[in-house]
Amino acid sequence: MPSLKDLKNRINSVKSTRKITKAMQMVAAAKLRRAEEAAKAARPYADRMNAVMAGLATKAAGSDSAPRLLAGTGDDKRQLLVVLTSERGLAGGFNSTIVRLARQEADRLRGQGKDVTILTVGKKGREQLKREYGNLFVHHVDMADVKQVAYENAREIADEVLERFETGNFDVATLFYNRFESVISQVPTARQIIPAVIEEGEAAEGVSAEYDYEPGEEVILQDLLPRAVATQIFTALLENAASEQGARMTAMDNATRNAGDMIDRLTTEYNRSRQAAITKELIEIISGAEAL
Amino acid sequence: MADTMQFDLVAPERNLMSVPVREVRLPGEDGDLSAMPGHAPAIVNLRPGLVTVIDAQGAEAQFAISGGFAEINNDSVSLLAEIGRKREDMTQAVFDEMMRAAQRKKKSAEAKEEAHGAAGVVAAAVKLLADMEALGTHIGLDPNSSTVPD
Repeated sequence: MPSLKDLKNRINSVKSTRKITKAMQMVAAAKLRRAEEAAKAARPYADRMNAVMAGLATKAAGSDSAPRLLAGTGDDKRQLLVVLTSERGLAGGFNSTIVRLARQEADRLRGQGKDVTILTVGKKGREQLKREYGNLFVHHVDMADVKQVAYENAREIADEVLERFETGNFDVATLFYNRFESVISQVPTARQIIPAVIEEGEAAEGVSAEYDYEPGEEVILQDLLPRAVATQIFTALLENAASEQGARMTAMDNATRNAGDMIDRLTTEYNRSRQAAITKELIEIISGAEAL
Repeated sequence: MADTMQFDLVAPERNLMSVPVREVRLPGEDGDLSAMPGHAPAIVNLRPGLVTVIDAQGAEAQFAISGGFAEINNDSVSLLAEIGRKREDMTQAVFDEMMRAAQRKKKSAEAKEEAHGAAGVVAAAVKLLADMEALGTHIGLDPNSSTVPD
């Protein structure tokens, strides 16, 4: 049975924990709003880019001279997994879900006898994957200094990926991130970025207008594909940022509630103990008086 | 036919501008061009340069862009640029940053050519750099103030 003093201490420590988680929840909520706005603001560019890409790609797909970024290397033996995670923890299952998906994919591909390499973005994913897959790491991008994800960050990652593709380091690149569905739901997603995948709906929309291409379709496509890769990475980074804050907000909300429950329980116990002590003292006094 | 069309200047991070305009002058990769309402649908690669937008009242506004492409439709022009700035906002510092990006690109292109003889990459990068320099000189900024990072 803990003493009254111990109980009081514990209640106080849980109270200060609750204050911290509450503060973190509110900070996450504010950041989430900003991240959501950023993701929304970036949508027009990505949508246009995809529509134009889709139109061009469906045209070029049949021809023999289609760029390698679109047509692929004709092989899928060497796979690059680009795993986007956060720099900070305390975000519930945010990082673990991405890592779990990436791990499953890595195991599946290796089971098929493919060569897998991993490029990590963000400290948390790297830490979680290190023990098992550390020897597959080819590069790590540190995002610790990045407060608000900018297109520049995405382009740096894209440059790194494209560089490796051009020097023939891999055939297929897949992006792993959390798609932001709502504050309480983030879906771990794998998305192939090289060779480019054209989604059905986009393709239908893209070819609806007959465009003149200047200088030429091939030249524009050649120019567009690397940008499309950067844009996709940018979209993923933004979704990830929103998901991270959403996950943190939910996790901190739970933590705050748990702390509240715990305080209630401890307070009840404290009051009972106090009452018991008082009763005991009374009994001692009364029986002392009776003995006289 | 309507005498204005919708003009959107879109950067990866956000929509920079969305207004009805009468005419847009674009720095196409193969030469400048002007788009007015009723233009045939086209997709045009752009080089770094100035975009001039003339609105319904005939007022001009200019933007410096770092390349990109424009989607021209009958009644709209969408310009997708990685960097787009009002001409008034183009300072030496911003321009230096753009120059550095172009110089970096040239360097990596040269390295690539040495490594596995990818011809054409360097030529494209050199052209980009030259276009950037021309843009700087044109708007009165010094293209040589930034140094090549190593």
